[in-house]
Amino acid sequence: MIRFENVSVTYEGAAEPACRHVDFEVPEGELVLLVGPSGVGKSTVLGAVSGLVPHFTGGTLRGRVTVAGRDTRTHKPRELADVVGTVGQDPLAHFVTDTVEDELAYGMESLGLAPDVMRRRVEETLDLLGLADLRDRPIATLSGGQRQRVAIGSVLTPHPRVLVLDEPTSALDPAAAEEVLAVLQRLVHDLGTTVLMAEHRLERVVQYADRVVLLPSPGAAPVVGTPAEVMVSSPVYPPVVALGRLAGWSPLPLTVRDARRGAGDLRERLADRPYPAHTPTPVPTPAREPLPTPRRRFRRTPPPSAPSTPVHAAEVDTLTVRRARVEALRRVGLTVSPGETVALMGRNGAGKSTLLGALVGLVEPAAGSVRVGGAVPHRTAPRDLVRRVGLVPQEPRDLLYADTVAAECAAADVDAGAGPGSCRALVSELLPGIADDTHPRDLSEGQRLALALAVVLTARPPLLLLDEPTRGLDYAAKARLVTVLRALAAEGHAIVLATHDVELAAELAHRVVILADGEVVADGPTAEVVVASPSFAPQVTKILAPQRWLTVTQVREALR
Amino acid sequence: MHPGAWWVWSLGLGTAATRTTNPLLLGLLIAVAGYVVATHRTDAPWARSYTAFVKLGLAVLVIRLVFAVVLGSPIPGSHVLVTLPELPLPHWAQGVRVGGRVTAEGLVFALYDGLRLATLLICVGAANALANPARLLKSLPGALYEIGVAVVVALTFAPNLIADVQRLRAARRLRGRPDRGVRGLLQVGLPVLEGALERSVALAAAMEARGYGRTAEVPSGVRRTTGALTLGGLLGVCAGTYGLLTAAGGTYGLPVLLAGLAAALGGLWLGGRRSLRTRYRPDVWGVRAWLVAGSGVLVAALMVLASVHSAGSAAALHPGVVPLVSPTLPLWPAAAVLLGLLPAFVAPRPPIRMPTAAKESS
Repeated sequence: MIRFENVSVTYEGAAEPACRHVDFEVPEGELVLLVGPSGVGKSTVLGAVSGLVPHFTGGTLRGRVTVAGRDTRTHKPRELADVVGTVGQDPLAHFVTDTVEDELAYGMESLGLAPDVMRRRVEETLDLLGLADLRDRPIATLSGGQRQRVAIGSVLTPHPRVLVLDEPTSALDPAAAEEVLAVLQRLVHDLGTTVLMAEHRLERVVQYADRVVLLPSPGAAPVVGTPAEVMVSSPVYPPVVALGRLAGWSPLPLTVRDARRGAGDLRERLADRPYPAHTPTPVPTPAREPLPTPRRRFRRTPPPSAPSTPVHAAEVDTLTVRRARVEALRRVGLTVSPGETVALMGRNGAGKSTLLGALVGLVEPAAGSVRVGGAVPHRTAPRDLVRRVGLVPQEPRDLLYADTVAAECAAADVDAGAGPGSCRALVSELLPGIADDTHPRDLSEGQRLALALAVVLTARPPLLLLDEPTRGLDYAAKARLVTVLRALAAEGHAIVLATHDVELAAELAHRVVILADGEVVADGPTAEVVVASPSFAPQVTKILAPQRWLTVTQVREALR
Repeated sequence: MHPGAWWVWSLGLGTAATRTTNPLLLGLLIAVAGYVVATHRTDAPWARSYTAFVKLGLAVLVIRLVFAVVLGSPIPGSHVLVTLPELPLPHWAQGVRVGGRVTAEGLVFALYDGLRLATLLICVGAANALANPARLLKSLPGALYEIGVAVVVALTFAPNLIADVQRLRAARRLRGRPDRGVRGLLQVGLPVLEGALERSVALAAAMEARGYGRTAEVPSGVRRTTGALTLGGLLGVCAGTYGLLTAAGGTYGLPVLLAGLAAALGGLWLGGRRSLRTRYRPDVWGVRAWLVAGSGVLVAALMVLASVHSAGSAAALHPGVVPLVSPTLPLWPAAAVLLGLLPAFVAPRPPIRMPTAAKESS
């Protein structure tokens, strides 16, 4: 159905090709997953299927790409629109009209289908994707998961034979991601649609794939095979595969179910090992002063006598926030102690970002109180506030204005009133080997996040907030982020992260707070909250239940 | 409801507003438009543009008054309210005055004038709130569709830009810089423009991938005829308009204009054959649409009639400012304006959706 014949793509002005010697074939009706670390050219390969590379992006494509027998050299993207449906990383950038129903019809209108056919297909698609209640809704009012489903629906209505998706679940909460994947599964099984998708969160998708195309490193030829074959040597792999490799299982399990069936002996070996204490290192002194001696990581049980007057990094009390008549947060209470890492979880639109916004004073409370290090954030001048709390927003690029890394660092030093060179020192620590004259735009997602983190940390805020930090990060970048954040927590920084990534929460958080519809529905130690909920449980927990292991790292250390 | 009906209705009210400076009638027009918007607007984002237009109207009114105070008014008046210090100007700036006497007559005249403009703006705002501008596209002839899309995309550029400015100003606060003030706005300018440009390119790619701009093969004969008709038609329209406007061409003006128009429309219709597009659930122009559009046209027609034909009502439509008299409400024009309320009763109401929070708290 899709055939790449020795394809290399070189963008204009680039010294190296974005991808080289790509040669594989996707047969009809298969779901094929394209995996690899960041920056290996996954998006380029996907773009070549719809013809947007090179017709729209420019550059030179060598070799040949054919889709349903049509050569993309001679067919423009619009002439492939009836066989290929493409959904990019950001569904909002994809929408042409402004209501759900019109959006579903747009592609068919362009292709000139008869009105009665269009009407029938819109109704079918509304049902298939569970969008019937939303048909008249303006797209701007939809949640992330709903938008993603509308974007998929909008390319489904012309009945394309090939569907190309770039990170369809990255921005979604676990439940919404499963919803979208169930739809894809249905399309492949019932309609025989061919699906090619790229995704970083392999734990969500790898079990659905018929085959995996791995781009191991930039410029390397792809490795094609069944998921189990490819995962044996892949540089990117989900926790279930990591556990399988650790336990030496063969064949490698790809699903929690397969792993559970083979995990009996591992559970036995782990049965008498103690669980690691998942509590923060207590920090009795106020966190704004650097600690005299770096403490060990947080694997230590707290001493019996707590300091008599606990200094909280943040205190939120019966906080209510209204946005356009709707209550975004309702009577939310939260305290964060120095050295503690808290993960905020919950559906898209549950109020996680609003809560973070309230903690940095971007959002004004309608009732209740917010205190950060003793100050009321929305009444504190920005210059003052940066020394108390720092937020890395969902789009780290928003924080970066300058056109070189060096200029950005210099500006950050001035903003924070820190000594010259302090931001640059942080950047070198978080992001070794970045040249001073690099443009922030040319950095990868992970590098940009690290730069924004360094900018925020320059003011040494005792409370650090991160909104969706792992969106678009590959496993290596995520592991680096985990190391950095752990070290910060050990130094006494309080960290609050809003995330959909259950694996990240399991790795990092001491406490998990689950929000639903603007209310706190669960608040407790990570192990307890996460084990109790099937949708927030990490893969290792599901595999080793009823034992309460959270991450592969914990298991590895316990087995030592 | 056909979105065109709402536009005809609101433009009708707007036309009526241009025929009078009576503040009572203008107030009545604003009330009529406001009532219909209040009963029929949805909670879609474009429906919020009404508030923006009302604010714009108020701003226009205030600016008009400030100008009348600072620059003086050509209206002679005897009721001096206050005398501002006058700026001495060189003799070549004769006729321009800054400061000086502020008369009640001048202020009232400026108020009437500004109110008329504000009413016009509010009427346009009502149309924007009631009919989604993008839906008007569906009623465009096929040959013009692609230009129409370009216009709509350009129109959505502004709201996106505003959202970006807000997001980036918030981000400035995170960096510890003041997030208010003009400097803050200027410094986010470049990133905002970059973001907007990137989004436009992404949208263009998405549209291309979804088949925007696919064309059908048409015989070369049809293509040539289309070109000839459109070009000839436009020339005819130009010549006809010229004829109508000059004294000499009074005889040939109208026929040439009409022939040109017909040829241009024919060209458009033929040109539509190149476009493959079909329309999904096109809006039908039904009885209700006729009633809504008709009420607007009727208001405009009656008001024009009143201002042209009877000397008595014409005086009531433009209450005098020298000497100052209190405006009276002319009965017939007021009744005509009230006809504009018809849509509040005949147009279908949008479904009421409860906001989620209200649903749960009840």
